[in-house]
Amino acid sequence: MTSTRRRARGRLPVVLVLPAVIGLAFLLVPLVGLLVRAPWSTLPERLAGESVGQALRLSLVCASLATVVCLVLGVPLAWLLARGDVPGRGLLRALVTVPLVLPPVVGGVALLFVLGRRGLLGQHLDAWFGISLPFTTAGVVLAEAFVAMPFLVISVEGALRAADPRYEEAAATLGASRWLAFRRVTLPSILPGVVAGTVLCWARALGEFGATITFAGNFPGETTTMPLAVYLALESDPESAIVLSVVLLLVSVGVLAALRDRWISGPS
Amino acid sequence: MTLHANLEVVRDGFRLGAELAVEPGEVVALLGPNGAGKTTALRALAGLLPLSGGHIRLGGQTWDAPPDVFRPAERRPIGVVFQDYLLFAHLSALENVAFGLRARGVGRAVARAEAARWLDLVGLAEHAKAKPRTLSGGQAQRVALARALATGPELLLLDEPLAALDAATRLHVRAELGRHLHDYPGHTLLVTHDPLDAMVLADRLVVLEHGAIVQQGTPTEVARRPRTDYVADLVGLNLYRGTAHGTAVALDSGGTLTVALPVTGPVHVVFPPTAVSLHPENPAGSPRNAWRVTVAGIEQHAHTTRVRLDGVPPVLADITTATVADLRLQPGDELWAAVKATEVHAYPS
Amino acid sequence: MRALALVALLVLAGCGERAPDGAVTGRITVFAAASLTGTFTRLGEDFEAANPGVDVVFNFGGSSGLARQIGQGAPADVFASAAPSTMAQVVDAGGTAAAPVTFARNRLEIAVPRGNPAGISGLADFGDADAKIALCAEQVPCGAAAKRAFDAAGITARPDTLEQDVKAVLTKVRLGEVDAALVYRTDVRSAAGEVEGIAFPGADGTVNDYVIAPLAAAPDDAGARAFVEHVRSDRGRAVLAEAGFDAP
Repeated sequence: MTSTRRRARGRLPVVLVLPAVIGLAFLLVPLVGLLVRAPWSTLPERLAGESVGQALRLSLVCASLATVVCLVLGVPLAWLLARGDVPGRGLLRALVTVPLVLPPVVGGVALLFVLGRRGLLGQHLDAWFGISLPFTTAGVVLAEAFVAMPFLVISVEGALRAADPRYEEAAATLGASRWLAFRRVTLPSILPGVVAGTVLCWARALGEFGATITFAGNFPGETTTMPLAVYLALESDPESAIVLSVVLLLVSVGVLAALRDRWISGPS
Repeated sequence: MTLHANLEVVRDGFRLGAELAVEPGEVVALLGPNGAGKTTALRALAGLLPLSGGHIRLGGQTWDAPPDVFRPAERRPIGVVFQDYLLFAHLSALENVAFGLRARGVGRAVARAEAARWLDLVGLAEHAKAKPRTLSGGQAQRVALARALATGPELLLLDEPLAALDAATRLHVRAELGRHLHDYPGHTLLVTHDPLDAMVLADRLVVLEHGAIVQQGTPTEVARRPRTDYVADLVGLNLYRGTAHGTAVALDSGGTLTVALPVTGPVHVVFPPTAVSLHPENPAGSPRNAWRVTVAGIEQHAHTTRVRLDGVPPVLADITTATVADLRLQPGDELWAAVKATEVHAYPS
Repeated sequence: MRALALVALLVLAGCGERAPDGAVTGRITVFAAASLTGTFTRLGEDFEAANPGVDVVFNFGGSSGLARQIGQGAPADVFASAAPSTMAQVVDAGGTAAAPVTFARNRLEIAVPRGNPAGISGLADFGDADAKIALCAEQVPCGAAAKRAFDAAGITARPDTLEQDVKAVLTKVRLGEVDAALVYRTDVRSAAGEVEGIAFPGADGTVNDYVIAPLAAAPDDAGARAFVEHVRSDRGRAVLAEAGFDAP
């Protein structure tokens, strides 16, 4: 019966399909290259090495903690940008995206200027509380959060701006404070946007390299995340680097796919 | 406890100035065209928009009196039914109705029980678990009403509560809304641009035009003595209460009208003045309504002439200037009024 | 970043050619270790001044990364590596046009922030758990050299971070984020004013040879050889010595 199948809307336009296919190939072919070059025969013993598990664990923990930091700070920030009556909102919105355009290494240096031992705030943290953030796991989390937060803020703010503010008014007429209205009405309605932002944020944090190595340095078990391990392996043993990359790739794709099934496609 | 509101709102070149008083148990309809300031008035009363001047007082409490006093919406004892209901999509019907109680600090179990009672009252007990998007328009409207009433508000505000419904649903929902408003002991302000909704549901009409009140009074008063052309056009309806038996409706005010579609029980009967024709003799023949009337007054409007006629029942007729001339109409003239049965609409009340 | 640089080079690298009169013309592309950035930039300017019509283009980076790019076919005329072992990779792959020669040596030095706030005096302080220490990762040449120094001195270093290259280590010292680090003497010299150097006994064992060779795939063979000679000339040695390199 396929020969009699008819399309209601005609053929897909080539002008869209062709670039789409090229775009897909452009994104996927490098991954294929990585998989083809992976030393599959020696894979198990390379993975068994303690350092791989350590780096992977550290990566997952730090990316997840950074995502939590981004959620706690970023969702309210997005709300302020979308709904708050703040002067110079356009400028603020542009400034929030600075970490997106800043080379991550520069971001790391900037963090050192502020939170480093001699940084604007860091010197006081060190002197008063004995807290030093560089070269610690907390430093990794901070560096990742710095770079990843704009992804969350931008997608949550977009969702908030698309959401109808009259629902908050309806909640107010029912006696809800702005906080309650945000928590019980607005937040659930923008949940898809929050989840999408969280996923982006987590993925960005997981792949973070420049700001992390600049601000938090590189020490196995403490600050050596997978991307750092990949980079250093590339110096001496490119095959290990490929293995590490493939592991990072598979874990992140697995996590994102699981999240997508659970949250993003929704009950359709 | 009377609601006194002297509403002054100025913004973006628009100025609203309206003084309202609503008694407990009274339903006041704020009627007017789009842009007249109806929604602005409602938002000011709800606390979603601060007044520029004037005041809002209920009993001994002041809700808004610039520049000193402003109680935000969440601290006013109000219930609002919005035009498109604004039901919370992620909550069930029951959770929507319970929301206001929960927000006002009522415990979960009590709030849910009270919400269930309200859903039952509006006839939606079996839809308690339904999400708003699975409800029909009429059901959603009833959930919105239950949600607004569940907190026991002093002031109920309805913003075009029937506008989003299709014509058939509208009839039933209007009748049902009328019953709930009748039972509601608080103050009700209904905003609408539909004169029929206003005349059927309200005890008093307040007609708003360009941000100012142009006329107010009972629906009958306003309809019979429209003060401006605009009001005449807007509320120029012949509206009667009565009891239907098939196609015959016995009017409460006396007289009987024949309708095209059979109904039973208490109804509103409505037809526009343009549907009325005037004849010097009884226009026998076709199956229509015809009765003796006396000319009580003649008003010249922009394109038509409105004739007030006493009789059983009394009736308004819009006729052309040529007809006025043909019939040489004078107050006191005796005539026959006629209306086709197909022009007469009966709505269950 | 490296990939981008590579793309840019692929686009830019024109074919150098020998003018009929035998003078060197066209573009010479030099891949050089990051620690040579200052000296080679000066030498390139000299060379251009001495040979009108020649354009010397540099790609500075980690030696192993550069070797990898050359292995993948990057259009380079000259390779100057901070480690003979990375040069050996290129030689083994048949990538060189002539035998590599050692043209400079570098040695490690202790680098401390200006004023030496932690009072570092020697290699032994690197075993102090309280001191913040930065080293190069062992995978890169400066890290391997540092390991040799500690092994020879019988000290277990307790670094807080193992950086991916020597410039990153230097940055941490400059910003005062660490109390001490091991970097090349040339790096200390380049950051004079912000960083102080402390020589240590046994630094001779950390000497690192810099080797240079024209490449087989060189589009401009004559230019490549001429540039290598220029680096090895008296003028070249003077510039290198000024930056803190030892003569071979």
